[in-house]
Amino acid sequence: MAGNALARAPLAAGFADPVRDSQAVFRAVMTALARPALPQPLAVALGPPAPLTPELAAVALALADHEAPLWLDGPLASVSAVADFLRFHTGAPIVTDPAGAAFALVADAAALPPFDAFAQGTQDYPDRSTTVVAAVERLAQGRGLAFEGPGIRQRAALDAAPVPADLAQRLARNRALFPRGVDLVLVAPGRIAGLPRSLTPVGEP
Amino acid sequence: MYVAVKGGEKAIDNAHRLLAHARRGPADLPEVAPAQIAAQLTLGVDRVMAEGSLYDRDLAALAVKQARGDLVEAAFLVRAFRTTLPRFGHSLPVDTTRMGVERRVSATFRDLPGGQVLGPTFDYTHRLIDFRLAAGAEPPAPAEAPATPDEPMPRVTDLLDGEALIEREAPGEEGAPIGDLTREPLDFPADRDLRLQALARGDEGFLLALAYSTQRGYGRTHPFVGEVRFGEVAVEFVPEELGFAVPLGRVAVTECQMVNQFKGSAQVPPQFTRGYGLVFGQSERKAMSMALVDRALRAREFGEEVVAPAQDEEFVLAHADNVQATGFVEHLKLPHYVDFQAELELVRRMRAEHAARGSEAVGMREAAE
Amino acid sequence: MSAATGYSFAYLDEQTKRMIRRAILKAIAVPGYQVPFASREMPMPYGWGTGGVQVTASIIGPDDVLKVIDQGSDDTTNAVSIRKFFARTAGVATTTKTREATVIQTRHRIPEAKLGEHQILVYQVPIPEPLRFLEPRETETRRLHALADYGLMHVKLYEDIARHGHIATTYAYPAEVAGRYVMDPSPIPKFDNPKMDMCEALQLFGAGREKRIYAVPPCTRVRSLDFEDHPFTVQSFREPCALCAATGVYLDEVVLDDRGGRMFVCSDTDFCEERRADGHRGHLLGEAPAAIAGEAGDA
Repeated sequence: MAGNALARAPLAAGFADPVRDSQAVFRAVMTALARPALPQPLAVALGPPAPLTPELAAVALALADHEAPLWLDGPLASVSAVADFLRFHTGAPIVTDPAGAAFALVADAAALPPFDAFAQGTQDYPDRSTTVVAAVERLAQGRGLAFEGPGIRQRAALDAAPVPADLAQRLARNRALFPRGVDLVLVAPGRIAGLPRSLTPVGEP
Repeated sequence: MYVAVKGGEKAIDNAHRLLAHARRGPADLPEVAPAQIAAQLTLGVDRVMAEGSLYDRDLAALAVKQARGDLVEAAFLVRAFRTTLPRFGHSLPVDTTRMGVERRVSATFRDLPGGQVLGPTFDYTHRLIDFRLAAGAEPPAPAEAPATPDEPMPRVTDLLDGEALIEREAPGEEGAPIGDLTREPLDFPADRDLRLQALARGDEGFLLALAYSTQRGYGRTHPFVGEVRFGEVAVEFVPEELGFAVPLGRVAVTECQMVNQFKGSAQVPPQFTRGYGLVFGQSERKAMSMALVDRALRAREFGEEVVAPAQDEEFVLAHADNVQATGFVEHLKLPHYVDFQAELELVRRMRAEHAARGSEAVGMREAAE
Repeated sequence: MSAATGYSFAYLDEQTKRMIRRAILKAIAVPGYQVPFASREMPMPYGWGTGGVQVTASIIGPDDVLKVIDQGSDDTTNAVSIRKFFARTAGVATTTKTREATVIQTRHRIPEAKLGEHQILVYQVPIPEPLRFLEPRETETRRLHALADYGLMHVKLYEDIARHGHIATTYAYPAEVAGRYVMDPSPIPKFDNPKMDMCEALQLFGAGREKRIYAVPPCTRVRSLDFEDHPFTVQSFREPCALCAATGVYLDEVVLDDRGGRMFVCSDTDFCEERRADGHRGHLLGEAPAAIAGEAGDA
């Protein structure tokens, strides 16, 4: 076992300053969820094994640990170096059942699994739900899905791609479950945006 | 960087300086060393370790010194330290049959395998102030017996179990999660593992009073002390990377197995039931109280009517922690004048309205006359 | 590790911070819902702000500027103690000026100045459960929240009206968040309740002893419970602040002597000082005791 581990390529480094970097990434995630559909800057200096993006890795390193399991989508799960990297830096169990995950990492956002595959919490404990973190290529304000809800003064629109064609319908069904539901976080190079379950999609802006 | 400085800060700094001064006491007396506290005020240090939920005798002794002998405050200091420590996992269950027994007594049998071992105890002493201690007399050397081979000492409840006279304790499921109320907030109804953890950390005085109340009819359980034992046990831990148990060291614990009123039905022949107590250090009062309250809290499980405080899980678990309790009671010393102002204003307004209604009524009466 | 103290940055270990951060994220996603969290023992007693301190310690970063108030004042003992705690363990800049702060931890008040979107308000909460004094059992109140069954609360408020002609709750006045959960806003005077509604700042609530965190995201509806025939109102003060002449703010009553002499001054000391610096003069400014009027040379 030890021999195999040694034979592998060396692990990519984690946060240079774990205390500061974790705090900064958490604040970006928090602000993204508190001000939904408004992309926030997320500066990351990580070089994780592909297809794990630096932003997905940053969220996992900041928030996952042995009390908060991770689930990986197909493309991430197919590269063992991704799991090795995450296990080493977070100590989080990597689960195969998405409903058992505190955080789900999705590299292929267009193939986002249906939300009901994840933990949606219970009526008594809606917090016991999965936060789904998906990597997209484009993440910008305006010209896209429009939302209302807590954290938005009137209405906000988010242009994200690639995402499933029926994302608005999925988010509407997610909202109908409130207070149950999953919270979606989208990351793109250098940016992050939150779509918590409290949001109501309202069609094109 | 700029830091706000105001008049209140100076006052607080001065209060803390005065505290340090008061702690030290008169300078012409030698300062007490933590090692002396650890070695000579052992039972106080034990209590701090138990309620502080951390087995570290030197740290607990230092906390007692820092707290000027206030054991609840000392437990609080230890808790605040404990919370910053990394948690690597949980140990294997300690095997108390392999305890290096210093004391072991049973009330249910005149004699039993392993014998009655009285050990160091206040029981049977006359509670007369011993003025010789003030003079610092050296005690005579303890009596010695030939060393007994280190063989397991079976627990009384195991003896009863052999005859199926007492309920069988189902062994925990392999790999089942082990509750820890310091990592997950309590959720009611709580399982017995969490209840026992809460009781083990709980305030000795609170548990003592609850246990006492069960003896006085508030949730009677008809208890017998199967046995109380005190001594050191080995703690073992299985590191994930090794996959086998390694010894971490030895801790002194007091264990109480209470044997309680039997249960039975047309289907199940009658059996005694159990109450269990285990605490760090030597504290029979705490271990016995814990065992009594544990049994009382099992009321639901045995289909007993929940009528007394000691049987009320939410009541007991929510109020057993003295660090929580002392904080909230003492927080009333903090300023509350903003809320009080709101109440003042309302009372004044209602009194004014009341007075106005009164004079209106007088006016109407006068008009009618 | 912070070299000055031997403890982690902002005291808490990283694992604890992650746990609290995860709870905060869920609290934001479900506004007003009380997320259970594994509250740690802190070096200050329960009931003295351990919940607020844990929340602040989990969110604060080296670039933040922290303000701590108790009863609206930066100079009350508990505010001083908590501010020093963070100055020592996190080395962050502290301030008494509301507009300079990025994180404001508070006990019992919301600052008078309108908060901005760059700010986070952290409340210290003693009893997070708004239904607790109507129903002592957690199992029961959890069910009531799950069903959004707040009839009990309305009955209580209505009984007040029947008995006193008023709703007799003057602080910790219950409010509905984003049309769903009823929350306890902590023991702020109900005077402050309207400030929570559509507030630009993120509001986080930490209850250490009771192990709950909840949140009101920015720009979120917060409606104080009331009745059509008894709409929610806040108290008003008859006179302006004796030091800065402000009106429409919450005032502390200061007893001046044993012959009934008293004055009313701003509870929010920073607000009052700023107004005085801007030249506003209350009618008793020259006569106020130094402890109330503050020192001229505040650093």
